[in-house]
Amino acid sequence: MLIEGTGFALSIVVYLYLMSLAPSWPLNAAPPDLLAGTSLTALLVASLVPNLFLARWARNQNLLKVRVGLIVMSLLGIAPLILRAFEFPAMHIKWDQNAYGSIVWVMLGLHTTHILTDLIETLVLTCLMFSRHGDNGRRFGDVSDNAMYWNFVVVTWLPMYACLYWVPRL
Amino acid sequence: MRTARPLLLSVIIAVAPGCSGNQSALNPHGAPAIHVEHLIIGTVAACTAVWILVMVILGLALLRRRRAAADSAKSEARLTMTVVAAVVATGVIIAGLTIASFYTTRSIGGPESAALTITVRGQQWWWQIFYASSGATPGFQTANEIHIPLGEDVNIRLESADVIHSFWVPSLAGKQDLVPGRSNSLLLRAEKPGVYRGQCAEFCGLQHSHMAIVVIAEAPVDYERWAAAQRGDAMVPADPDAAAGQAAFLAKPCAACHTVRGTPANGTTGPDLTHIGARQTIGAGLLETTRGSLAAWIADPQTLKPGNNMPMVPLTSVELQNISAYMESLK
Amino acid sequence: MTREDDSELRDTALEATELDRRLTATWATPPGLWGALSTVDHKIIGRRYITTAVVFLALGGLLSLLMRLQLAQPEARFIGPDRYNQIFSIHGTNMMFLFAVPVMQAMAVYLVPLMVGTRSIAFPRLNAFSYWMYLAGGLLLWIAFMLDAGPDVGWFAYVPLSGPEYAAGKRADIWAQMITFTEVSALAVAVEIVVTVFKQRAPGMSLDRIPLFVWSMLVTSFLVILAMPAIMIASTALILDRLVETHFFNPAEGGDVLLWQHLFWFFGHPEVYIIFLPAVGMVSTIVATFTRRPVFGYLGMVMALISTGVLALGLWVHHMFVAGLPRLGESFFTASSMAIAIPAGLQIFCWLATIWAGRPIFKTPFLFVIGFMVIFVIGGLTGVMVASVPFDTQVHDTYFVVAHFHYVLVGGAVFPLLGAIYYWFPKFTGRMMSETLGRWVFGLIFAGFNLTFFPMHILGLRGMPRRIYTYQPEMPWSGLNMLISLSAIILAVGFLLFFIDAIRSGRSGAPAPSNPWGASTLEWATSSPPPPYNFARTPVVGSLEPLSDNPDMLPVAAGLRVDCRELLVTSVVEAIPEAREPSSGDSIWPLWAALATTATLIWSIFTPWAVVWGSIPVAIALIGWFWPKGTSEDDS
Repeated sequence: MLIEGTGFALSIVVYLYLMSLAPSWPLNAAPPDLLAGTSLTALLVASLVPNLFLARWARNQNLLKVRVGLIVMSLLGIAPLILRAFEFPAMHIKWDQNAYGSIVWVMLGLHTTHILTDLIETLVLTCLMFSRHGDNGRRFGDVSDNAMYWNFVVVTWLPMYACLYWVPRL
Repeated sequence: MRTARPLLLSVIIAVAPGCSGNQSALNPHGAPAIHVEHLIIGTVAACTAVWILVMVILGLALLRRRRAAADSAKSEARLTMTVVAAVVATGVIIAGLTIASFYTTRSIGGPESAALTITVRGQQWWWQIFYASSGATPGFQTANEIHIPLGEDVNIRLESADVIHSFWVPSLAGKQDLVPGRSNSLLLRAEKPGVYRGQCAEFCGLQHSHMAIVVIAEAPVDYERWAAAQRGDAMVPADPDAAAGQAAFLAKPCAACHTVRGTPANGTTGPDLTHIGARQTIGAGLLETTRGSLAAWIADPQTLKPGNNMPMVPLTSVELQNISAYMESLK
Repeated sequence: MTREDDSELRDTALEATELDRRLTATWATPPGLWGALSTVDHKIIGRRYITTAVVFLALGGLLSLLMRLQLAQPEARFIGPDRYNQIFSIHGTNMMFLFAVPVMQAMAVYLVPLMVGTRSIAFPRLNAFSYWMYLAGGLLLWIAFMLDAGPDVGWFAYVPLSGPEYAAGKRADIWAQMITFTEVSALAVAVEIVVTVFKQRAPGMSLDRIPLFVWSMLVTSFLVILAMPAIMIASTALILDRLVETHFFNPAEGGDVLLWQHLFWFFGHPEVYIIFLPAVGMVSTIVATFTRRPVFGYLGMVMALISTGVLALGLWVHHMFVAGLPRLGESFFTASSMAIAIPAGLQIFCWLATIWAGRPIFKTPFLFVIGFMVIFVIGGLTGVMVASVPFDTQVHDTYFVVAHFHYVLVGGAVFPLLGAIYYWFPKFTGRMMSETLGRWVFGLIFAGFNLTFFPMHILGLRGMPRRIYTYQPEMPWSGLNMLISLSAIILAVGFLLFFIDAIRSGRSGAPAPSNPWGASTLEWATSSPPPPYNFARTPVVGSLEPLSDNPDMLPVAAGLRVDCRELLVTSVVEAIPEAREPSSGDSIWPLWAALATTATLIWSIFTPWAVVWGSIPVAIALIGWFWPKGTSEDDS
């Protein structure tokens, strides 16, 4: 996570660097529409609540509750992907139009891959928890790690959200 | 003709080298380079002394005779003191060198005050040069050769048409990059008349090795005479060979890439040839300008400078001779 | 982990020979190809890594001989500009990404678990994966070169020369994707080392008892983790610019070409320390052993390592002094670049003090350390020179800089590495290398190196730029270039002799005892080569030099299971035992995962859809990797 955190931070630095060179920002585009991104942010923040519960249940090795929690978190992993699909058009620019478009798409893409990998991990863990491998100290450990990772995915989104949606309005 | 070509080329390369001039940071004749040379000599001297000292200590440490039983606590304490002292000394030397470096930067100064500004535009693999117009006197364009008045500050504006290049004439000043999308500048001030060679110092592709530039520092009177000649259009060829060469030049694809002011040739891809006969070298410092080297270059630029952007234009040997004569006449 | 089960077999219950038999059964790699492909033994993987890296060293060395052939005379026509540009690009890329960084990490993969007294590296399957990725990246580069599609844009791949407009074909993409391979593997190893050092140290090995080599690898690993994402971002942006027409580096559309240089050097400068810091650890280890006393100023050495690591992240701009950045910013970077001489100086002085106070034994590893001191101090001092902006404007991108960084990297890293190979070879193979040949190797390499590279300082100051495939006869450089090319032969003979010695000794060298040098760190407490389980019983550490305190009897801790792979987890600071932790067994899945990733990455040079389709086999392989086996081994 230190590695990815550095990666996210660098992408924000690149965004700000390109902005500092540009005569106007965003370059030849309107600032992004807020609706999709803001609802996604709200959803991600809200998802922290069941996620924290899931982490606690996993610590207590409560199989039933962990199963429920994992299903909820799987759904909460799919929902942002749907919203994300609306975020790309809300940027009013494509990646191949100019450098602003390029960095915006790459930042969104980078974060999307993180949602996606965590979702896949959650789905695999959900399957595992319904199999004979489920009730086991290591699996519960994996579930808490996964919950931790989701926290990371949400927390890193916040500065990116601020950067993508609010910096162009400054 | 075709079979004779490689032989001709090797003869040309052997007997007609381009201009060598002066290309050494240790042989400075420009104010900025002189300041840097002082810094180089001082720093190298200080560092050499440090190295010798460290080596002497290393030698002693390795070879000194050991006493059987030294007072270990006491000698450890003495070692600690020595190491601390050495670290402090390092800090002092480093601080000294840093200050010397700042001082040198300051004494070189910037090109803000310069009266003359010359724009150098890097191209794969040659230098396009613009002298700006000032008041009523029009500007002009040339290539691979800069003339500057002796003892005056000259601002070299550095731009690039394609990839990154670096302008480096070590006897006059340190280098500065030519960065696409940006504009840099560099101060030159020659203290002694002469021909100073430089070459591209940032890897720029296939012919990075053959991208030289010549800076000629001359008395202001000579400089003005040169500049006046450069501003004028190309001479009308008097010699019949050269006149035939001009006709061939205009009829063949040459004119599509090159400009010869005063003729219909106005291509902009390649170097401006209006006064090519007056330049010391061709091919960005590749060969000395002679009729023979011009012929060799025109006949087969890809063998002399593989990968450069000038194609081989099929010519009869008469056309080749005439065009070379024409080029040579463009003083 | 906390559950007690009477049926579990613990090492407390067994005496020595029986213990060895049982532990071997649990930890050994099965024979045969399948066993070799699925092993996760850090010693086998470490040896593979080292061997592969040394093969790349030899290949890169051959390229440099080709360059010296071409440059021996002006306007030589042995090699054309197109091939030459590939050769120097691959020489640099190969030496940095396929030799120097991996070989240092490889030494750590082998040695760190032994030096901290644990049974295996953390995340052993990730370790196997990282090796396959590294191998695939190396093959990609070299096969591309054989097919005349080798990168020709320098190891730094400056845009726009490497961008879509000026680098046609797939050469630059191959460079950028090779970076991805080596970065993935380097990051993986870095994570393993950090976790191994933090959580798997032998009981009692508190932070102030960690051997200096382990400290140096810890700092190095953090540098890898902080610096390498920058090059990943940069190379990804480059590939996107080339493949799907983004405009990160296109000034016409709001991009910037210097952005590449900032990102590249934010990684590229720490890279030098990623290579050099492990060497510091090696030198410290060798100095301590061959002066028969601990390194002087342990705390100072550790502080110097850490401060070098921190400073390394703050001086990348000194590679861009002539790019036209604001003067004030450049002055800051002059100061920070100069400042790094202080920790480097402290390290040198501490070694000198150690030698002064110790009783030196002039064995081959120690000779290489002496050679290191002589050469590296020159490299450090020329480093101080190029840190100065005005000085740098004259020598940047000239042969002076070529000389400088070869003094730093060959003197500062390859000399210690060769010493380290002579030093640890008995541990790796169970056989000693030849002392006589070793002296010849040292002499030839030392003389050959200095004769080859010292004249380059002068060439640079006399105006010879880097990366030129030829120069004109009228330039006054021919004599020195011929001298350099001839000297390079001496250097090459030295390396050839080294390879001969290594191969011969590996086959038929004198058998090595477990501690041939009388060293004091834990790797010498087990046999040479170590058994698959490293230590029969976990050692307990009471000082910085556990073996010199008590040469015959090392205290041990017991209680680990012998019927499954298990190791001891200890606390970060004091290394107090916390838990028994299972360690993954052999698996073929890391290889499948690496193959799937390789296919995806190479395919993605041609179409962006490869990322989408290729992620499916990658995901399958990863699920297979982590899917529990259902045996007691995993479910404990």
